[in-house]
Amino acid sequence: MMETIEGVAVEARGLTKSYRRVPVLEGLTLEVPRSSVFALLGPNGAGKTTTVRILATLLDADGGEARVAGRDVRRERSEVRRRISLTGQYAAVDDLQTGEENLRTIGRLAGLGGRASRLRAGELLEGFGLAEAAARRVGTYSGGMRRRLDLAASLVTEPEVLFLDEPTTGLDPPSRLELWKVVEELVAAGVTVFLTTQYLEDADRLADRIAVLDGGRIVAEGTADELKRGVAEDRLELRLDPDTRFTELLGRLDGRLLEADPAERTLALRTDGTARDVRALLDALDPDGTAVAEFALRKATLDDVFLSLTGRTTRTTGKEMPGV
Amino acid sequence: MSDVLVLGARCLRLSRRQIDALMTAVVTPVLLMVIFVELFGGAIRTGGSYVTYVVPGVLILCAGFGSALTAVSVCQDASGGIIDRFRAMDVRGAALLGGHVVASVLRNAVSTSLVIAVALALGFHPDAGVLRWIAAVGILLAFVAAVSWLAAALGLLARSPEAANGSTFLILFLPYASSAFVPVHTMPHWLQGFARHQPITPLTETLRSLLLGAPVGSDAWIALAWCAGILAVSVAAAGTLFARRSA
Repeated sequence: MMETIEGVAVEARGLTKSYRRVPVLEGLTLEVPRSSVFALLGPNGAGKTTTVRILATLLDADGGEARVAGRDVRRERSEVRRRISLTGQYAAVDDLQTGEENLRTIGRLAGLGGRASRLRAGELLEGFGLAEAAARRVGTYSGGMRRRLDLAASLVTEPEVLFLDEPTTGLDPPSRLELWKVVEELVAAGVTVFLTTQYLEDADRLADRIAVLDGGRIVAEGTADELKRGVAEDRLELRLDPDTRFTELLGRLDGRLLEADPAERTLALRTDGTARDVRALLDALDPDGTAVAEFALRKATLDDVFLSLTGRTTRTTGKEMPGV
Repeated sequence: MSDVLVLGARCLRLSRRQIDALMTAVVTPVLLMVIFVELFGGAIRTGGSYVTYVVPGVLILCAGFGSALTAVSVCQDASGGIIDRFRAMDVRGAALLGGHVVASVLRNAVSTSLVIAVALALGFHPDAGVLRWIAAVGILLAFVAAVSWLAAALGLLARSPEAANGSTFLILFLPYASSAFVPVHTMPHWLQGFARHQPITPLTETLRSLLLGAPVGSDAWIALAWCAGILAVSVAAAGTLFARRSA
């Protein structure tokens, strides 16, 4: 039996799971510190939802062990359930009930009395900017409002660990920003948030630690910066003046060259991204300031990390920092 | 237990707001009774007033129409995200399905009362004291509970709400091939054996005897045995299906 490590909210060791003999998880191991945001990142079908369902006690793993909020997800299922909340991929609220009725129903099921559930529902509706829509049926809500209500429903019981399965899928940009704000506030209040996403921006913006899931295993884990430093690099991208002698310039680059395209007259060079390094590179390459027509500094993104780890791109595009 | 009541109240609130489905469950049996009594009744010889003959059958039909709504509601809950939220809150499957059954029984109470009120207006003359009424309501309640659990199991079995709706067809069809609307001896010979030995006939006969002051006989025990059998099988099936569905 696994010993609980102090200060750890979620821990999994060697989880395996197959559906009809097709393996989905092949020995997943991870650890999430208390009061932090952990993002499980991966392409579609990588096993993100399966992982969340196992950790949230909805699904039994075939092998391995997991503890959430210090309790074993299989042997102490009810204990775990009292300490977690889950917001799944599809909004789990009733369209035909009003926002308030939805939250009160959840409150009663969580063991609050009638008065306490009414008060709690009121607080949450207020906190999520839904007070004016409280008496309206959820069927009339926008996608963002419905997501907020769904999240509010997960917070009726003040969980220790909150699981969010692809919380930003289908949200417009303002709703996404709101959700990020809510998650940040929750973590500040001591909640541990475990989220899955296929959007690198979510992970980059929110997560204290990120794990990349591919082929049923964690293939990389760390902070966003660690992943970017360890796996991908910043690049200086140049377009050269038509009059310069392309091949002659290449000789001055001693190992910093990442890519060169003579037909397009473009180069990509390795840099640490500092002004000093970029200036030194440009000076070495082009001492009289005539050869380089355009440049752009491209920061390593989680996209690059993702691409180099999984061999796949994601939907988001890389962030470009245009030169002057 | 309190979870069952909270979830039952939720189901009732939801079904009150599905006006079309509610109309089907509550108003259709009344309309069918009016059609049977006013249009077909004149041509059917049952040895008395046809409305008095047909009321037990319409009450049973109510349970069938109500079950369609129950199956659809259970299927919607099971295929949406809500079932995961409830499970992660440690709400038991029995409480969730029990809530649907409680709501189903209460909806049936409304449609049944409506049918009896309209039947009285159409000339229904029951001949039953308080005890016979209580017995009739009791046996009808047993049937409604059994059929509601059956509908819950069918709702878990169906992959879509449309399929769930269709799956209750058998419950709706059975009363026609029983003594509910016409005497069994007027049916084709090959159908009579089935009509006599399927659950609706003893149930109809029991209700009819109770409401018309006739001796009840062994039909009551056969009807109760059917209800108990349907209930036991449906609860077991619902439990298994719930576990499989949510794995």
